[in-house]
Amino acid sequence: MPTDGFMYPNEIELQWSVLIVLYPFLTGLVAGAFILASLERVFRVEAVKPTYRLALLTALAFLLVAPLPLQLHLGHPERSFEMYLTPHRSSAMAMFGFVYLWYLMAVLVLEIWLDYRRDIVVLSQTTTGIKRLLYRVLTLGSSNISENALAIDNRVGWVITVIGIPSAFLLHGYVGFIFGSIKANPWWSTPLMPVVFLFSAMVSGIAAVLLLYMLLNRLRKQPSDIRCVDTVAKYLFYMFIIDFSLEMVDLIHRIYESDESFRSLDFMVHTRLFLSQVVIQILLGTVLPIVLLALTQVARLSEIARKRIYVFAGCLTLIGIFAMRWNVVIGGQLFSKSFLGYTTYKMGFATKEGLLPAIVLTVLPLFILWVLVKVLPPWSEKETAPVSAAVAAN
Amino acid sequence: MKLKDAAHLFRLAGVFAAGILIFILVRSYLVPKSFGQYGHFRGDALTEIKAQPISYAGHQACEACHSDVLDLKSKGKHAQVNCEACHGPLAKHADDPGGVTPEKLDTAKLCVRCHEANSAKPKKFPQVASMEHSGGLACNECHTPHSPAIVTEGGKK
Repeated sequence: MPTDGFMYPNEIELQWSVLIVLYPFLTGLVAGAFILASLERVFRVEAVKPTYRLALLTALAFLLVAPLPLQLHLGHPERSFEMYLTPHRSSAMAMFGFVYLWYLMAVLVLEIWLDYRRDIVVLSQTTTGIKRLLYRVLTLGSSNISENALAIDNRVGWVITVIGIPSAFLLHGYVGFIFGSIKANPWWSTPLMPVVFLFSAMVSGIAAVLLLYMLLNRLRKQPSDIRCVDTVAKYLFYMFIIDFSLEMVDLIHRIYESDESFRSLDFMVHTRLFLSQVVIQILLGTVLPIVLLALTQVARLSEIARKRIYVFAGCLTLIGIFAMRWNVVIGGQLFSKSFLGYTTYKMGFATKEGLLPAIVLTVLPLFILWVLVKVLPPWSEKETAPVSAAVAAN
Repeated sequence: MKLKDAAHLFRLAGVFAAGILIFILVRSYLVPKSFGQYGHFRGDALTEIKAQPISYAGHQACEACHSDVLDLKSKGKHAQVNCEACHGPLAKHADDPGGVTPEKLDTAKLCVRCHEANSAKPKKFPQVASMEHSGGLACNECHTPHSPAIVTEGGKK
């Protein structure tokens, strides 16, 4: 039975599919990864330095894929650039193009370029063939890597990161705003939505970088810097506490307020959303990782035990945050505006907005990240020493 | 700070400036001249739409010739349904009744557009689960589409 009770005609089929679930999930990873990178750059948290470059590349890889779910959902990708040509300033969705472009070009690409400029110049002199050509283009014809030039890069990079933090907030706060500002939908309409989205973004981004850092080190057969991993996990724990508290504030507020939509939404949470919201999002995806991370903070555990807990908690966190996006996007479309009926979301598999494209779009950033890591290795000075030695020899 | 140490930043600024310049040039070429004339759309679109040929004749044109159908229809539940809502746009037929013959309609597909059961429809609106109701049989095998109620001994159905 696809529907229960009374539904208005335009409510029976969901308009926003799993791809619209994926979109805030991907942008959240971008914003979170960038905030983690800024910890080192702006807030001078030296311990997380080994993840700095990886966090920036992760943010870029996911940001490049973030608009693709929207393109697939909307169709006609050839028309999408028109939002730049004839911007509709009264539409928040239409303004996304500018938020996206600002964040991509004025923040992320610029910061990565400045941070990697020394490496790019070195690589343009030590590589051959197409790679050399690529690096030479990336140098923009300037091979000045004197101390003064690098000091300028460092200062400008710092300024860009400072601008980047509110930009990352804007990017993901915007996504929360899109839902929070829909006053016709009581499941979405709350001013807390952008804030909750933002903190959940930080949680997911930090967890993703933590997992990727440990995975890449494992693939490279290099040990992960345990001090770094511990510090990142500590920030993940703090962010999670704030995120969970905010979600609980929202929940308590809704329960106490008990407006006309409450009974209908409460029924939905106890029936159609029980598995995805109560079990996956809250219990498995939030409470369990918080307990696990708290355990690493209070108990004396061995290095290997801590790392295993971080991996397990990180995976649960990503599943939990994805479930949160799912419950917001899909949950907000399952009940009738009449509060008298409920519908069901049927996800296709190999359709334009089905499970298969969603899986492809989730894996694609990892593939892009792999390419980026090959082109711009995020490893520390010591590990790139042979390259520097080769330059010195030349 | 020496200026030459920041030369690469000027080059970068140059790349950005070139990008913005290209954007402005592309924009001036691609955005139609009449865009924004009346609102956030292409002003010429109105003239183009106005110039399109008329497709619908209107029910008065149909009724001028098909008065027998009008009599039948006006007594039934479909009295307020316009002819072309089911038969489609027929301005060409109205202009040249002998030359352009309207297509025969497949009632098995046509009627369910409105009358297929759906929980969103008001309960008093006539609706059936068509496969259970007729097993894919064309509706006009039993109903007269212009006045669809079936009169039985017990009254209308």
